[in-house]
Amino acid sequence: MSDFNINYVAKLARITLSPDEEQRLGAQLGHILGYIEKLKSADVTGVEPTAHAFPLVNVTRPDVVEISLTNEEALRNAPAHAGGLFVVPKILE
Amino acid sequence: MLHRLTISELTRRIARRECSAVEALEACLAQIDRVDGQLRAFLSVDREDARAQAMAADKEIAAGGSAVEKPLLGVPIALKDVLAHKGQPLNCGSRILGKFVSPYDATVVTKLKDAGAVVFGRLNMDEFAMGSSTENSAFQTTLNPWDTTRIPGGSSGGCAASVSAGECFASIGSDTGGSIRQPAALCGCVGVKPTYGRVSRFGLVAFASSLDQIGPFTRDVRDAALLTQVLSGYDRRDSTSIPQAVPSYIESLTGDLRGMKIGLVKEFMVGGLDPAVDEAVTAAVRKIQSLGAEVVEVSLPHSEYAVATYYIIATAEASSNLARFDGIRYGARVDGADPMELNSRTRGAGFGPEVKRRIILGTYVLSSGYYDAYYLRAQKVRTLIRNDFLKAFEKVDAIVSPTTPTAAFKVGEKAADPLQMYLSDIFTISCNLSGICGMSVPCGFTASPKLPIGLQILGKPFGEKTMFRLAHAYEQSTGWHREWCPESEIANAS
Repeated sequence: MSDFNINYVAKLARITLSPDEEQRLGAQLGHILGYIEKLKSADVTGVEPTAHAFPLVNVTRPDVVEISLTNEEALRNAPAHAGGLFVVPKILE
Repeated sequence: MLHRLTISELTRRIARRECSAVEALEACLAQIDRVDGQLRAFLSVDREDARAQAMAADKEIAAGGSAVEKPLLGVPIALKDVLAHKGQPLNCGSRILGKFVSPYDATVVTKLKDAGAVVFGRLNMDEFAMGSSTENSAFQTTLNPWDTTRIPGGSSGGCAASVSAGECFASIGSDTGGSIRQPAALCGCVGVKPTYGRVSRFGLVAFASSLDQIGPFTRDVRDAALLTQVLSGYDRRDSTSIPQAVPSYIESLTGDLRGMKIGLVKEFMVGGLDPAVDEAVTAAVRKIQSLGAEVVEVSLPHSEYAVATYYIIATAEASSNLARFDGIRYGARVDGADPMELNSRTRGAGFGPEVKRRIILGTYVLSSGYYDAYYLRAQKVRTLIRNDFLKAFEKVDAIVSPTTPTAAFKVGEKAADPLQMYLSDIFTISCNLSGICGMSVPCGFTASPKLPIGLQILGKPFGEKTMFRLAHAYEQSTGWHREWCPESEIANAS
């Protein structure tokens, strides 16, 4: 795959790669994409796509407030929290 | 040898007061002490919590409780590290979850507890269930109890190894492309992937949502039918679970195969099959025939596209599902100047190589300009693959094949070549793409070294009853499921 740019796709996926990883993963993915090319030979004219084996449409439930996790429980696994909120780096200057 | 009993043998003994739930649990813990230093199936075991559950079960038994109301009363069952168990660690075999502790129980855990089970332990797996050997676990590689130079299969390798080595009476895993059936085959136990939508996935960390399904590992088919029955059913907390009544799987175990039609897949009789596997499966088919079933050939003409289709759909869904591991809401964090940098650094440090490969591949096949060529095309080929099965099932009640092309491979043998690892899933993945049910039952051994071989049985959507009936009749006509791995192979080095 000549147009597969590992650097660009890793950015889209939000994964920082070391130069060594970029090289190794890039080569392996090229190999895998080469295999996947196989699909191009399947005749899919007029075939509908399948997203789920048993499509259930419009599965809804009543819009009712139920007891869920407490604020404390929801924050317990957070790497950083303060004042009942998740802490993140500054987004706006 | 309490730790070697099946669930039905154990509950019978408990009913006769020949042993207690605490003794059953202690037998598992003692076996873990004897072998797990070497096998490394468990990531952790909370013994205190398990003992408290076992004592509570014994209290219930003393008060007149029995397996009639609670079919798993006092039975120790372990969990793959991908299922939420309240108050217990959950890591998915990954570093990125840090010191995550589950805030609630998965629906299957609630169901096990309601049935009286003692739910304990975290079983090793390939990171985020991506792999076929447990070598992608960030923590340890589990070894095969039949030959500790070999892998147990994956991704639920810890589940299979622990059941086959007598460290628990059954375990619960997940199967996205073969992750229950393949390790069950390689470790010599029974493994079931129920029909898509049969078992609630609430509390299962998602890998590929249109393919994932939860199922049991057991020592015989009766236990597998019983556990599948306990786990199955509609759950309003999983909108993909199907509101359809669960029939009695146990009642289907009649031992009678007369009138049943079994399909052999023309396209599966290809090269690359180990001669010992071929021989064992051929003998199994002859046995099934001798039990009264009719065997015919069926065709799944789009089988050759299954692996490619799977690795587009599964990676695309994974890239979306694993976006939640952002270093903000839970798990480990590597700081950055802005949220984007924090996010990318956390994921770069927290995910292992296979998970990175798959997220990047999945991101690529969904990216602008490539979506139609890869993802949409794969979904269309998926329709063709599913139609092949539905057409075959107009002719037959079930399909049999090898579960894997070879017996267990050596640790490290395929670790450097991801594509070779993917191709070892060739017989199992189309079952997930089609949403049908499937299982693996022991059907023999290679000669030297002696390694288990699995027979795969595929059933119609919601055709578990027929699948179990066939598996049970076959199993009862053989002695494969009663063979044990040598204790000398699995005992810790002294």
